Amino acid sequence: MKRTFFKMKEKGTEVILFLSALSTILITLSIVFILFYEGLGFFKVVSLMEFLTGTQWTPLFAQPKFGILPLVAGTFLVTGIAVIVALPMGLIVAVYLSEYAPFKVKEIAKPILELLAAVPTVVYGYFALLFLTPLLQKLIPNLSGFNALSPGIIMGIMIIPYVSSVSEDAMKAVPMQIREGSYATGATKFQTAFKVVIPAAFSGIAAAFVIGISRAIGETMVVAIAAGMMPNLTLNALEPIQTLTAYIVGISLGDVPHGTVMYKTIFAAGITLFLITLFLNVLGFWFRRRFREVY
Amino acid sequence: MMLEGQNKILEMRKRIALNKLRDHIFWMIGLLATLVGFVLLFTLMVDLLIDGLPRLGWQFVTSYPSRFPEKAGILSAWVGTTLVMILTAATAVPLGIAAGIYLEEYNKKNWLTHLIEINMNNLAGIPSIIYGLLALGLFVYFLKLGESILTGGLTLGLLILPMVVISTRESIRAIPNSIREASYALGATKLQTIRDHILPYSSGGILTGMIIGLSRAIGETAPIITVGALSFIAFLPTSPVTSTFPFFSIKWLFDPFTVMPIQMFNWVSRPQAAFQINAAAAGIILLFMTLLMNGFAIYLRYKFRKRIKW
Repeated sequence: MKRTFFKMKEKGTEVILFLSALSTILITLSIVFILFYEGLGFFKVVSLMEFLTGTQWTPLFAQPKFGILPLVAGTFLVTGIAVIVALPMGLIVAVYLSEYAPFKVKEIAKPILELLAAVPTVVYGYFALLFLTPLLQKLIPNLSGFNALSPGIIMGIMIIPYVSSVSEDAMKAVPMQIREGSYATGATKFQTAFKVVIPAAFSGIAAAFVIGISRAIGETMVVAIAAGMMPNLTLNALEPIQTLTAYIVGISLGDVPHGTVMYKTIFAAGITLFLITLFLNVLGFWFRRRFREVY
Repeated sequence: MMLEGQNKILEMRKRIALNKLRDHIFWMIGLLATLVGFVLLFTLMVDLLIDGLPRLGWQFVTSYPSRFPEKAGILSAWVGTTLVMILTAATAVPLGIAAGIYLEEYNKKNWLTHLIEINMNNLAGIPSIIYGLLALGLFVYFLKLGESILTGGLTLGLLILPMVVISTRESIRAIPNSIREASYALGATKLQTIRDHILPYSSGGILTGMIIGLSRAIGETAPIITVGALSFIAFLPTSPVTSTFPFFSIKWLFDPFTVMPIQMFNWVSRPQAAFQINAAAAGIILLFMTLLMNGFAIYLRYKFRKRIKW
């Protein structure tokens, strides 16, 4: 009697734990289902062709135009600026922490770097709009009050910890003997890091870069606050722009009745964003698995 | 002949010196690059403090938002944040720990658990605003929970779930197998082993992950805006304690709400400087809360790493 009770308790717990683990798959399925369920209505009104190739995004106009390109361009412009800041900096920080820094420096530097990723993004937005933009305007007089440059730079610094911590893990996974072989031939730390360790950890570093880019694309509040809310098909970082994420926030701020075209546009933008980041996540996963296989 | 050899040696020395110089220069660049992050963090804090510190005070914490910046405050925002965080923790922590235990302790190597693992990595990489869209479609309209505190808590709960799962798994993985075997050898069942050994020994790591997850949820703005939290709330949710039987009420779950980062966003996007000062003041509190939580998590991690030696 007691035994069967015991067994049932064991089995029951296992089932509950299993269902909890399974629920994470349910989240992904619901995301895909909801995005497409709500977004498909949009493509009944607007053709996929117009959506993908239209160069104007003016859903609020009397004669609305639904071309996603300006939002995608804005997203990639800000991401591009962030990447120019974050990738070299992240890599340098990773090389420094993994190859140069003494243990004590590492012990202090890593938690503080992590704090960079912990600061609420709305605070970064405030900083970009009210501190960095006025500062940059002194250097670049024709910089608009809302622009892509300032949030791009802030986002770049914000994602340094993502890039540096994954890159550093990859470099740490390179066996010590390989480094020692390089030192034995008389190479300096600098030569060893750039000619031996980085090539050996390449796919891990590539994964770090991809993760960083994906973060930048999905970042919302910094651009929503400091980049303006203007869909703008441009590569000029000095102008106001709007990203996919900022568009979703901008529309959600107002009252959007369920089922209207306006309501569906945010899901159409969401699908676009989801597919771009999904592609990058898969790419990053692939890179990471490759570097695990090497050693 | 002699001269040529000497020249070669000289040239080599030069090259070695050059290489050493490069090494030193890079060492300095590396240190500077690492410092850039600290400098930014420091500047940001000083900037916020200069702008917002004079505005902080009792009146600011106990007032509702207002059209007049000098009368406005964050009462509804911090109450909203507190309630949402309670629900976030209530969603993510049990579910995340349970999923983490399953994946580490019961992990049967089959396609399903493999899929769960790949999916977990993917979930952690989905932008937070997508969670907001999920919540808008699922909680607000499909399940008809409305633009309520419950919706907000569930949304952020799902958002930090992967973080809780990952930290649970990491701290469980750090427990050596000998502990499990010792427990089994005494006749303990799997459930008893987990309850009496695995969970207590990994509790430090799990707690750390939970705090970091919540500190991220506290600052999340985008998904909460998407589910339709309002930025102008001049009342508090229904009290959870009532004076008549049964002395508690769950009506607050369905009340509209606002949270700290939304209040800050609302103020920062207004053109008047007086509102932006309010934004800075709200930012100080927000930043202070996240830094405090993260600092506590770092301290916990450090402490547990020192104490536990297998």
